[in-house]
Amino acid sequence: MSEVKKIATRESYGNALAALGKEHENVIVLDADLAAATKTGVFGKEFPGRHIDCGIAEANMTGIAAGLSTCGFVPFVSTFAMFAAGRSFEQVRNSIGYPHLNVKIGATHAGISVGEDGATHQCNEDIALMRTIPGMVVINPSDDIEAKAAVQAAYEHEGPVYLRFGRLAVPVLNDGADYRFEIGKGVTLRDGSDCTIIATGLPVGESLEAAERLVAEGIHAQVINIHTIKPLDEELVIAAAKKTGRIFTVEEHSVIGGLGAAVSECLSEKCPTKVTRIGVDDVFGESGPAKELLHKYKLDADGICERILAEMKS
Amino acid sequence: MDKLELQKTAVEVRKGVIEGVHAAKAGHPGGSLSAADIFTYLYFEEMKVDPKNPKDPDRDRFVLSKGHTAPGLYSTLAQRGYFPREDLLTLRHTGSYLQGHPDMKHIPGVDMSSGSLGQGLSAACGMALGGKLSNKDYRVYALCGDGEIQEGQIWEAAMFAGFRRLDNLCVIVDNNNLQIDGPVDKVCSPYPIDKKFEAFNFHVINIDGNNFDEIKSAFDEAKAVKGVPSAIIAHTVKGKGVSFMENQVGWHGKAPNDDEYAAAMEELRKAGEALCQK
Repeated sequence: MSEVKKIATRESYGNALAALGKEHENVIVLDADLAAATKTGVFGKEFPGRHIDCGIAEANMTGIAAGLSTCGFVPFVSTFAMFAAGRSFEQVRNSIGYPHLNVKIGATHAGISVGEDGATHQCNEDIALMRTIPGMVVINPSDDIEAKAAVQAAYEHEGPVYLRFGRLAVPVLNDGADYRFEIGKGVTLRDGSDCTIIATGLPVGESLEAAERLVAEGIHAQVINIHTIKPLDEELVIAAAKKTGRIFTVEEHSVIGGLGAAVSECLSEKCPTKVTRIGVDDVFGESGPAKELLHKYKLDADGICERILAEMKS
Repeated sequence: MDKLELQKTAVEVRKGVIEGVHAAKAGHPGGSLSAADIFTYLYFEEMKVDPKNPKDPDRDRFVLSKGHTAPGLYSTLAQRGYFPREDLLTLRHTGSYLQGHPDMKHIPGVDMSSGSLGQGLSAACGMALGGKLSNKDYRVYALCGDGEIQEGQIWEAAMFAGFRRLDNLCVIVDNNNLQIDGPVDKVCSPYPIDKKFEAFNFHVINIDGNNFDEIKSAFDEAKAVKGVPSAIIAHTVKGKGVSFMENQVGWHGKAPNDDEYAAAMEELRKAGEALCQK
């Protein structure tokens, strides 16, 4: 892991779109007055004719994307996760999900690491919402490399895809030469035999650091990055449960309905194993610098480490 | 198709509505009948479509934004040859492809899934924008209900269409003045509908939506208008063509029983016969 290079996955999203736009003329990027924040401005600068600002009207933007996709375009709907999955949930379900249209939803500013804007803009529910829509693929990349690969994979996938990006700059993790991104395939980042940390998105890096620190406490944790929450890599999850017998899930999302729920659903039916869900408990977030919030809500390496230690020693 | 043929076809479309809803023991006859003449005109006269090639990328598109009046659309599509007319009797049955609301995945000729009110017009805007971006000259038609336009998303879409000058888009409002809870102007008035669309930069045409002469001239005018989208405010009669259903809010979403079915079919049969004697 490089400690120096940090980039927010929302920036990766914008850069990946600009690259995709060069290759494919059918890529259209839609925004709702947040192009500066979703970082799609890079695409808009290069392809102004294919960058459609719909104004502050997310429900309509979602429907416009649906209509465009029926005409052979591949629209990327860009806005904050709160509005993409929250405000427009029913439009995504009925106008995109039900007809299984080829629309990609690029949701930025997910989770509490939105920071100072506070609870109204910190979406901790989007994975839960999107996961319930039949046929929807849900991807939550952990770094720049994975985010760019996810955008490319989403384009190549026929059908609706929800892509979840963050506002906060995060370290590059997936810079190994053998890194390959495949929708629905988790990545084992670290071997271990005492327990498995299954993480997604921003806390993947923090989980790796936590695992490193746990060695000193005599705990050897396996770390798995689940970038695709739906379809879940059940094979990998079950194999981890069988190997270590103890699972911790870590996500910057409500502990209700997200990765922790998906893993628990899988294991309770197919390989009953104790699972501890680390995430945002059943509370709203608040204003504050992102790093302070991640610390306060125990989603940084300190918090993850502390929780695993407490659970493993009890 | 001349006016007489259109009128005869509309009678057949209305029969299909009654047959489908009766067989389903559920569905929405009132708004299907009020819009039957508009459905007929669109699919038999106005739109460039080919039932043998329903996915032709250059075809005109239709979005039934008021998706609950699917029986009217399905009956028209069957009459036009997209699928067998007898399939209308499977409407809303378990396993049938004729879902309670339009399903583009399984029904030939349906250009957009719809039913949750307010969403169809946005999809129609997307199709119209797509036509502009790809320099195709197809047109896009969206039929909205007068109750449906209480949904805020309709006005988001209208703002977009007006601002983007989507002159390949034609919105039709089926203004039958009744919604489930009563007259639209008693529930939460959308009036004046024409002034609202004008304010959103539409070219607006008011017509009697159950009169083929007026329907024809409205669509001709809409097609000739360049630089702005059009909105046709079609003043219609809910339940039109079946006297005991006309202007009765109770027939918004209720199926006729066997006696009512027989009476409705008899009235439509006579209407068809009278036209044949012309």
